[in-house]
Amino acid sequence: MQLARVIGTVVATIKNESLQGRTLLVIQSLNKNLEPAGKPMVAVDSVGAGVGELVFWCRGKEASFPFKREDTPTDCTIVGIIDSDKHVAR
Amino acid sequence: MILAKVVGNIVATQKNHRYENARVMLCQQITPEGEETGSTVLALDAVDAGVGDTVLIVQEGWSASTVATGKPGAAIDSAIVGVVDRIDLLK
Repeated sequence: MQLARVIGTVVATIKNESLQGRTLLVIQSLNKNLEPAGKPMVAVDSVGAGVGELVFWCRGKEASFPFKREDTPTDCTIVGIIDSDKHVAR
Repeated sequence: MILAKVVGNIVATQKNHRYENARVMLCQQITPEGEETGSTVLALDAVDAGVGDTVLIVQEGWSASTVATGKPGAAIDSAIVGVVDRIDLLK
């Protein structure tokens, strides 16, 4: 899993039917100092995250497991919201 | 598996239910020589690792969710599966 900041939303009217009703968010992965690392990605949300929040996301096939797993086409899903920036202990 | 150093942990109240009762550790990937590579990964702790430990992290979902939660099929892509005592390399 990776730390990330939600930096935006995506609206897609035409999409695979298993993605109907799902929220698509733009996330920027972060390093341990909460500085941007790598390029922004689009993630499917499974926990009710919003723009500005610090989250963590799961990659790969496992990213579809919070949903109807055989059907949901995602390789990047937000699986947790970190309580605040201060809740990353270093 | 990758080598990493545990540098901290995170607190998340709102999370996938399979993460409940698990510790999510903030880890910094390292080379076998112990140098930080710059990439950070979050991993579920399956072996009671602590901050400062050098650990082995498996990055295959089936293995990671089985070892960290007891059952496969969770949205977990990384788990700490060992604490490294030493690494010997050919000089």
